[in-house]
Amino acid sequence: MATVNHPTGSTAHDGAAAHAPSHVHVDGAPVDGAHEEAAAGDGHRRRDFINVAALSFLGVGTAVAIYPLINQMNPSADVLALASAEVDISRIEPGQAIKTVWRKQPVFIRNLTPQEIAAANKVDVGSLRDPQTLAERTKEGKQNWLVTMAVCTHLGCVPLGGSEGENKGEYNGYFCPCHGSHYDEAARIRKGPAPKNLEVPEFAFVSDTVIRIG
Amino acid sequence: MAYAWAQAYEPKSPLMKWVDQRLPLPRLVYGTVGGGYPVPRNLSHMYNWGALSGFALIVQIITGIVLAFHYVPSSEGAFDSVERIMRDVNQGWLLRYLHMNGASFFFMVVYLHTFRGLYYGSYKAPREIVWMLGLVILLLMMATGFMGYVLPWGQMSFWGAKVITGLFSAIPLIGPTLQEWLLGGFAPDQAALNRFFGLHYLLPFIIFGVLILHVWALHIPGSSNPTGVEVKGPEDTLPFHPYYTAKDGFALGVFLLVFFAVVSFLPNYFGHVDNYIPANPLSTPSHIVPEWYFWPFYAILRAFTVDFILPAKLWGVLGMFAAIILLFFLPWLDSSPVRSGAYRPLFKMFFWILIADIALLGFVGGLPAEEPYVMLSQLATAYYFAHFLIILPLIPKFEKPLPLPSSISEAVLKGTTSKAAPAGIAAPGTPGVVHA
Repeated sequence: MATVNHPTGSTAHDGAAAHAPSHVHVDGAPVDGAHEEAAAGDGHRRRDFINVAALSFLGVGTAVAIYPLINQMNPSADVLALASAEVDISRIEPGQAIKTVWRKQPVFIRNLTPQEIAAANKVDVGSLRDPQTLAERTKEGKQNWLVTMAVCTHLGCVPLGGSEGENKGEYNGYFCPCHGSHYDEAARIRKGPAPKNLEVPEFAFVSDTVIRIG
Repeated sequence: MAYAWAQAYEPKSPLMKWVDQRLPLPRLVYGTVGGGYPVPRNLSHMYNWGALSGFALIVQIITGIVLAFHYVPSSEGAFDSVERIMRDVNQGWLLRYLHMNGASFFFMVVYLHTFRGLYYGSYKAPREIVWMLGLVILLLMMATGFMGYVLPWGQMSFWGAKVITGLFSAIPLIGPTLQEWLLGGFAPDQAALNRFFGLHYLLPFIIFGVLILHVWALHIPGSSNPTGVEVKGPEDTLPFHPYYTAKDGFALGVFLLVFFAVVSFLPNYFGHVDNYIPANPLSTPSHIVPEWYFWPFYAILRAFTVDFILPAKLWGVLGMFAAIILLFFLPWLDSSPVRSGAYRPLFKMFFWILIADIALLGFVGGLPAEEPYVMLSQLATAYYFAHFLIILPLIPKFEKPLPLPSSISEAVLKGTTSKAAPAGIAAPGTPGVVHA
């Protein structure tokens, strides 16, 4: 960029004009022909700086303009405000389950009986499709409280088995009616097309009888 | 398209060659806004408004589409959904402020584009259809802008809808029935809001279609220019790209500076506070005015206060529509053979009086309908029609136009010693260059 080349170069028809400095301002932007001429010199012209700067600005400006257009589709502030839900679990008897809602999605909260806990712990974890122990899926000292998303990991249907009288599947847990996935007592996938266990959402015990999901 | 010496499209890459042979879209773009469209070399910055108008339309369409993702067209939920856009949707405040100020800036550049056409006689043969298509776009914009203003369902939205549809009730016999048909009810409500939303989403795409026709019609004779002298040879033109893409790009930069200054620091400057009050069918705001871009027409509407054969209300409606319909006949109302106002001393003077008159109409249109503003609007309305129907046809009979340059290049190069020629383009009169 150090040396100044005359934009009209050697093909200028009027020699006097080509060497007048003011000519640079008269002539406007470069065209292809000018590029070829510049290549004959050291390949750079002062005007290239304006070109590069203008196009860079255009690029950055376009990117900045696109950001809000994309980001407006992300969950909005009022949707994110639904991100946690507190649930009173004091009235769920052992052997019962409830379905609650978190982020507009159903959640199973199940109070496991000692027999169900024993059955879940008896399974050889290594033989599972998504190997996890019941202890890994519950909180320490509260192994009877199984909190999972009520969303099948196959294609998102709500499995049965959360309410009295519903089909619990072959493994005494949940059964998804859409494509026949069977989950066991710990809501682990045992049979059918689903790839993963029912997801355990982030949750914590606020007290012995209240949990906060999310 | 326009001239024999237009650069033909030559694909630079094998891919573009392959595409061009199957779908000559690259060729169309090149010939329309690329190096293949020769443009008069003397266009001033007044010729940037058209490109800026196209840009403003695209901004309105893009921001409008994303606002529609979040807007609820229901008389119960519309106002709240707009507030939700302002508070909760990511950058929703920005998108809405861009859209509502974008409408103002769209009208601003379109009006300047129209005034440029008026001054330089761009409506004259052979560009009458270009002019008329532009007026069609203006009318569609007005309908779109009005319906868009109804959507937030604030007080101004509601009463604007009521007053404007009330215009149709002035039509004899069928008027009241027509108004009920337009609203789908006796007053603006769910039915009206829903159809306004549907049409507000549709019309910009119709505008885009008419815009394509507008540009197509323009490219048949090619762009007009400040001298009004038609292009005679290659020495009179420059390729659109890079010369006018750069010039329009510069104008775009200035436009965006002003636009974002308003969007960022004065986002509600063009709005009305009353529109942040939810629509209330039982209470009219004390001072109800349309958006600023309707003020001149609103002034004409209110200027008719006396029943004369027809009721005053109908005269107002007719006057308002006539103010635009009149412009369709402009190419035949102005019979001067000289195109550009720059060479027409008398026309030039009356042009500026007309602009002042329209500014006065705009001024009184935004004020309450009381004296002396009513009288001012009547005088200004009378002058507006007199300009087009009496003064303009008479000017050529009294005017002595200034001598025209024999060509664009002569006008541009007059008085300069050096024969300035852009890089890669031969200077006029250069040996070895054959002129068409």
